[in-house]
Amino acid sequence: MKAKIHVTLKSGILDPQGKAIEHALDSLGFKHVANVRVGKYMELDLQEADRAKAEVVVKSMCEKLLANTIIEDYQYELTA
Amino acid sequence: MNVGVLVFPGSNCDHDCAHVLKDVLGQNVTMVWHKESSLAGLDAVILPGGFSYGDYLRTGAIARFSPVMQAVQEFAAEGKLVLGICNGFQILLEAGLLPGAMLRNKSLHFICRETYVKVENAATPFTNACKPGQVLKIPIAHADGNYYTDPVTLGGLQANAQVVFRYCTVDGKVVPGACPNGSLDNIAGIHSAQGNVLGMMPHPERCVETMLGNEDGRHIFQSMLSFLEQKKVAEVR
Repeated sequence: MKAKIHVTLKSGILDPQGKAIEHALDSLGFKHVANVRVGKYMELDLQEADRAKAEVVVKSMCEKLLANTIIEDYQYELTA
Repeated sequence: MNVGVLVFPGSNCDHDCAHVLKDVLGQNVTMVWHKESSLAGLDAVILPGGFSYGDYLRTGAIARFSPVMQAVQEFAAEGKLVLGICNGFQILLEAGLLPGAMLRNKSLHFICRETYVKVENAATPFTNACKPGQVLKIPIAHADGNYYTDPVTLGGLQANAQVVFRYCTVDGKVVPGACPNGSLDNIAGIHSAQGNVLGMMPHPERCVETMLGNEDGRHIFQSMLSFLEQKKVAEVR
């Protein structure tokens, strides 16, 4: 099973990278752009066929290492 | 005193710390590789600055799982002194030994320059050689020193005098303009609830000798040594 994981800064936490990209987009002529947020994308293969079990494992990985839940949120998607 | 300096892959201020303690202050220093599992015989440990594990994922995120960090957890729980400088502070945050997290500097720049910090709590094992409110000039060198925590935790830090250093102007004014990185409440250093674990972004080991133009950092190490000496005297009695 493959896990696709997105880690992003929690809403409300200043994202200076997002802000810088927003300004760059604006100066390139991409007007009407707002709330650019930068995050991380990770994917990994799990040797686990059971979706429920895989979910427990991925959640635990996110909580323990992949995201710092003080400042970040995570989302994941499992595909066969 | 026996001081351990932890060495992670990517630490780069480890030898500066060892130099200060050994050559300048005449203490016994042990370099402790991150794969060690024991800190036996040490009175204090320092987590030095640098880029442990290349700052991959997040600063300090991988280093906190080094075998030696389990020993640091136990060491801290026994009330022994733990000082984290810069990347060392980031590792202590990731390890949960101190509350909060580091965000990228507000300006997005890596900032390497002198800063002024105000000693907000001079009754700690790390600042007892300072006067309350004393202003120290200590350099910073980091890209992720923008301290963040939730409002409840911040309130607790403030109420318990756990904020030890705040960025300030040369004359000690704690104003937003004096904060180099966007840190909440101008926080430059905090200590644990028990007071024996301190994390600070400025580098005191870089300013301990007159030859290098500034001795303000000496106060931090001198405080630790005085604290340990007094503790030893108390134990003998």
